[in-house]
Amino acid sequence: MTPEAVTSTAAIELRGIRHRFGEVAALADVTFTINRHERLGIVGPSGCGKSTLLSAIAGLIQPDEGTVEIDEATTPGERLRRCALMPQRDLLLPWRTAIDNAAIALQNRGMKRSEAREQARPLFERFGLAEFEERTPDELSGGMRQRVAFLRTLMAQKDILLLDEPFAALDSITRSGMQEWLLSALEQEPRTALLVTHDVDEALLLTHRVIVMSARPGRIVRTLETDLARDRPRREIVTSPEFTALKETALESLEL
Amino acid sequence: MSGQADLAPAQSASTSRSRATRSAFARFGPPMLVVVLTIALWELVIQILDVPSYIWSSPTQIVETIQERFPDLMGHAAVTLTETLVGFGFAVFFGLAFGLLLHFSVMARRSLYPILIASQSIPTVVLAPVFVLVLGFGLWPKVSVVALFCFFPIVVGTIDGLTSVDREYIRMMLTLDASRMGIFRRVEFPSALPQIFTGMRVGATYAAIGAVFGEWAGSQSGLGWQMLQAKGRLDTALVFADIVFITVMALSLFGIVSLVERLTIPWARKGGVT
Repeated sequence: MTPEAVTSTAAIELRGIRHRFGEVAALADVTFTINRHERLGIVGPSGCGKSTLLSAIAGLIQPDEGTVEIDEATTPGERLRRCALMPQRDLLLPWRTAIDNAAIALQNRGMKRSEAREQARPLFERFGLAEFEERTPDELSGGMRQRVAFLRTLMAQKDILLLDEPFAALDSITRSGMQEWLLSALEQEPRTALLVTHDVDEALLLTHRVIVMSARPGRIVRTLETDLARDRPRREIVTSPEFTALKETALESLEL
Repeated sequence: MSGQADLAPAQSASTSRSRATRSAFARFGPPMLVVVLTIALWELVIQILDVPSYIWSSPTQIVETIQERFPDLMGHAAVTLTETLVGFGFAVFFGLAFGLLLHFSVMARRSLYPILIASQSIPTVVLAPVFVLVLGFGLWPKVSVVALFCFFPIVVGTIDGLTSVDREYIRMMLTLDASRMGIFRRVEFPSALPQIFTGMRVGATYAAIGAVFGEWAGSQSGLGWQMLQAKGRLDTALVFADIVFITVMALSLFGIVSLVERLTIPWARKGGVT
């Protein structure tokens, strides 16, 4: 694995985000920045407003208070143009083949279907999906569907990927395979990535920095730098003392 | 790279031919048996009790009548079929158009949807004589009745299908730069198709009946007209023959719509997006 460059220019800047759904306070004063091509993990208990936070960054909702800035863009519409969201459910369209699902963003921008498919094809080969192009979603396993969903997110050619518990629906063996696949994919196609998860191991393994959030209303309780040496097998990383120490701190912050 | 275990496709290889035949028999065998037994019992009761044919005809008498009057029956069937198909075509076109209008225009939906639902309390059949008065004895009053019969289920199928799309898909499409039209073309419309087809199948079963009602209200030809004539002459076997033709027509239209549905949206039987 090559060491990836994380420049120190802020790609996303959140200041004082608060949001309520009626009577329920979802987010209380969330402030953080993400650098370009940094991978940031967000862990927290269910209902800590993680998904709300992603929606707010993507511009799908405008938070009640606070500002979100992405490369100086602040309006929801401009943010929407810079972010691609990968939800927990793969949301593949059953009437489209894998490659047509992956290339949908290009078609949305007005590209012809044949041309969009041609652009998606090399990615299928590069990311271990060759020969699955013409399968329909129901002919793919859960892990493969999630890979196609991730390619679809990449194909949107956005600088910022918002991953909302992307592997939560997978069994644990498939999930660890997918985590390594995602890491290598992001090394080939570096992006600024926000990974929301409730799996502490996943956050520590996949990201440069982990933010731990509290239960509702969500606020940041701790930030952990995960400078782990990653050029060794997964089993060695997860059993190393520095990993265990990080995990303990994270779990302690989660009050587990 | 690890995770090769999940590369295997979820679906297994081909199903054997004999298994397909067996499953078709398991599905259609029992109802077919009931139909055959009913016809046999019917024949037997008429023969044993020696019921006069003008009161109740036996299956063999009906078959004989169909054989004797076949050209005549086919002529009237062609009239009724034309009314049915043209009316159904209009219902599909206007049903879809109206459904789309209500989907895209909030104002149209607010003002027209309640009226559409309320209008269903008007029994469409009683409008048939009105159409005859206005449009005469030709094709159009029947077409109108058929179209009115089939319109409602198609509109409702279209609107329900379009509005029941999972919001998550729309959010995802928004982050993938989809326009309103892109979301409609690539997500909403395809995922509404199963419900639109359901509406069309319901409409297809009503269509032939609508044409017959139209003919009863006033006509000079068609299976419904022939039925009235036969009834007047106590030609009960011919009445039954007409019923057989109408039933076959309704079932065929239903079958054709189902076939088109299978071919257009093969994915729907494996679970859609809603």
